[in-house]
Amino acid sequence: MNAAVNYVHEQLTQVKEFPKFKAGDNVTVNYKIVEGGKERIQSFRGDVLKIQGNGATATFTVRKISNSVGVERTFPFSSPNVDSIVLNKVGKVRRAKLYFLRERSGKSARIKEKRFSNL
Amino acid sequence: MKGIIGKKIGMTSVYGPEGKQIAVTIIEAEPNVVTQIKNQETDGYSALQLAVGDKKEKNSTKAAINHFAKASTSAKKIVKEFRDYSIEKNLGDTVTVDIFAEGESVDVVGTTKGKGFQGVVKRHGFAGVGEASHGQHDRSRAPGSVGGSSYPSRVFKGMRMAGRMGNDRVKMKGLKVVKIFADKNYILISGSVPGHIGSTVFIQK
Repeated sequence: MNAAVNYVHEQLTQVKEFPKFKAGDNVTVNYKIVEGGKERIQSFRGDVLKIQGNGATATFTVRKISNSVGVERTFPFSSPNVDSIVLNKVGKVRRAKLYFLRERSGKSARIKEKRFSNL
Repeated sequence: MKGIIGKKIGMTSVYGPEGKQIAVTIIEAEPNVVTQIKNQETDGYSALQLAVGDKKEKNSTKAAINHFAKASTSAKKIVKEFRDYSIEKNLGDTVTVDIFAEGESVDVVGTTKGKGFQGVVKRHGFAGVGEASHGQHDRSRAPGSVGGSSYPSRVFKGMRMAGRMGNDRVKMKGLKVVKIFADKNYILISGSVPGHIGSTVFIQK
């Protein structure tokens, strides 16, 4: 990336520590919303559909099924409104972008969990 | 008026006070040198001539070298006159990004990217002619009729047709200064600015 762009982001974007996750993982995003002048934290739990972009403008998309309707939300990693991210489950997927989940529902839309054996 | 000569560096986005993402263009404006001061008595109008970007002496004419020597500086690549400059400056002084303040609204002048020879749909926003089916073909991006037949028996001047597009001088009005990095000579302006990366732009108010 451009050196000037990097410099601007070093000065203006605060870097937050989030757990490392990738597409297929189940995460809970706690984000701030302003309601009637008051700020509160709302959470959004779902599977990570994709991670896109790089540097300070990178974003990730989370998909969940709410009342049998698919809902997707895209969050920028560096947004001041993203308070914290909790990694719930590590998914077993073979792709970086899970667009195929959009056409699936029910059992076929589930992602298998990756289990780690404790040695 | 006040203004500065800059170079478009690229675009990115930053976050505003409410956490909203703002698209910004980064413009680098190295200190401009005041190379001539025009006034009402000698020139008939008041203006400030600014110059930026060093040029090799072997590539400069003697006339240019001597002109810039009056401001005790070397020959420059880009020269631009700003009329009725609101800030008092002397010959040889420098103009930096500090003349603007954060939150100020400015105009940015640049040359748009050249698009080459383009048809009327892209160039003038025509809708094209007809449908894809019902026996028609090769007409979906056509300009349609350009005028009457027996009267006026000619095509009116200025009729919008296909041709060269882009490479025009464009002024973007009322853009906000989001942030200034005085030590790096960067100025962040909200939204987009005409031209490709590396092209010369004039920021003025």
